[in-house]
Amino acid sequence: MEDMAVQKQNKNPERRKVRKRVNYSYYLMIALFLLPALLFYGTFNVYGTVMTFYYSMLKWTGIGASARFVGLSNFQALLRDTILWHSLKNNLILVVVSIAIQLPFGLILALIINSKIKASKFFRTVYFMPMLLSTVAIGILWSLIYDPNFGIMNSILDVVGLGKYKSGWLGNEKTAMAAVLITICWQFIPFYMILLRAGLTNVPAELYEAAYIDGSTSWKAFWTITLPLMSNTIKTASVMSLVGSLKYFDLIYIMTGGGPNRATELMATYMYKKGFVEFDMGYGSSIAAFMFITALTITAIVQNIQKRSKYGKEA
Amino acid sequence: MKKVLGNIGLYFVAVIFLIINGYPFVFTILTSFKSQMEYMMSIWSLPGKLFLENYEKVLAPSFLRYFANSLFVTLIAVTIIVLAASMASYVFAKLEFKFSNVLFMLFVAGMMIPIHTTLIPVYVLVNKLGLYNSLSGLIGPYVSFGLPIAIFIMTGFFKDVPKDVIEAAKIDGCSHFVIYSRIMFPLSVPAIATVAIYNFLAIWNEFIYALVLINSAEKKTLPLGIREFYGLETVNIPGILTAILVGALPVMIFYFVAQEKVINGLVSGAVKG
Repeated sequence: MEDMAVQKQNKNPERRKVRKRVNYSYYLMIALFLLPALLFYGTFNVYGTVMTFYYSMLKWTGIGASARFVGLSNFQALLRDTILWHSLKNNLILVVVSIAIQLPFGLILALIINSKIKASKFFRTVYFMPMLLSTVAIGILWSLIYDPNFGIMNSILDVVGLGKYKSGWLGNEKTAMAAVLITICWQFIPFYMILLRAGLTNVPAELYEAAYIDGSTSWKAFWTITLPLMSNTIKTASVMSLVGSLKYFDLIYIMTGGGPNRATELMATYMYKKGFVEFDMGYGSSIAAFMFITALTITAIVQNIQKRSKYGKEA
Repeated sequence: MKKVLGNIGLYFVAVIFLIINGYPFVFTILTSFKSQMEYMMSIWSLPGKLFLENYEKVLAPSFLRYFANSLFVTLIAVTIIVLAASMASYVFAKLEFKFSNVLFMLFVAGMMIPIHTTLIPVYVLVNKLGLYNSLSGLIGPYVSFGLPIAIFIMTGFFKDVPKDVIEAAKIDGCSHFVIYSRIMFPLSVPAIATVAIYNFLAIWNEFIYALVLINSAEKKTLPLGIREFYGLETVNIPGILTAILVGALPVMIFYFVAQEKVINGLVSGAVKG
């Protein structure tokens, strides 16, 4: 073995040199192709994430102020911070609502536009429209819908004779979270509709035909054919809504700012307040680091469970 | 009989969702033609006469400025994303080298990580670079956050291009750069369209980084501008709704012209392995 290698090396030293030079230019070329992407991604995503952890160990009030290294004391304070746990709880409520409400409703809409309904294209066009608005626009639109004096919501209650239930939906601690959650559902159900509809079209039509010949009802076919065959799409959708729910910010910031009395506070809004309103950049960063770890842990656990339970070849 | 009942049920549910998802848009359009007084008198009535003052107010120079700012930032960032991502994807899909997989995973991991966690460091960094309150300061982060999905989609697409095409070009003496720019890039127009649309919408509507990195009125992007308008005209509901409508108009028009493409583009971020 060794002899052969030596022999090979001695055989043609000239050629080896050439090959090596070619290799250098090959790697240089690869580096040049990757450079733009690496430059941006390295500067903001990678450096940004690393610095979040560094800043989380500082006592620091922001640019211009001097920073003091305090080790893990921000995290010690964080673990005792009831507002943080309250925010995490709200984030988890958001996760549960997203998966338990948005996905089923998205599936219903997907089934509607996939059915033999007339003008299904028109239905799809309209159903999808909320996705076109920016979160800021949706937040403002729904704040106006919930407006205590001139909002549609209270006006509808008046019209149908339930005027006594009128409320300042977003200003009321008891209803604010629900009001915001309804808005989030309105925003994202169309997204899951399209995603799940893609899964529906992958179910072969022959399966249904066979089932109907065997006397199956469409209700039964849905549970025995549609759902099992769509399990992978549904899993993908769940992971997406999980990741999205843990970093949620814009809509809450616009509609309630996390209030009233922190009823709708999320980790991201709390981080923003600490960093950019109270200028406690070190503590704000420790909340960000906490978000990062939470998101990564939960995603890893879920993906692990999925991997173990998967029976299809795709995931 | 049962079938007829089932059909009625289907249409009933379908129409209810039609109202829930579509009526806010109808309401917004109708209300944009009403005066504040008219709206307060009756929320539900149709506009009595064509009242255009809301549009005059919204289409003022300040609001058009937000438009121009958003367009500037979005177009530049999307162009850079498409170029940088396609170059990197060419390497990941078609060239072999030692750290290929590790680097690819590093980029794709960006899809799973909540970008908001980099808010404070990016704010500090942009300040240090002297780009605070400038539109170019937004471009860097926007490009960076758009890259993971773009590279993911494009690498997948490039992998499907047969190796023979590249081998043939190599035999003809083409360099990798020529293969990339003359063969792969033109071939990948569908993937480029998906990536461009996805990122266009994401950046056009982006809020939190703009909120933190911009502070003067003349630098604000559209989402910040709409929020500012909302703050100034709190009680003028028809005026605010008009601003929302006008702000969404470019996306709406694009949607009605190229519906399939927009839908695919928006959902593409989800189509992962």
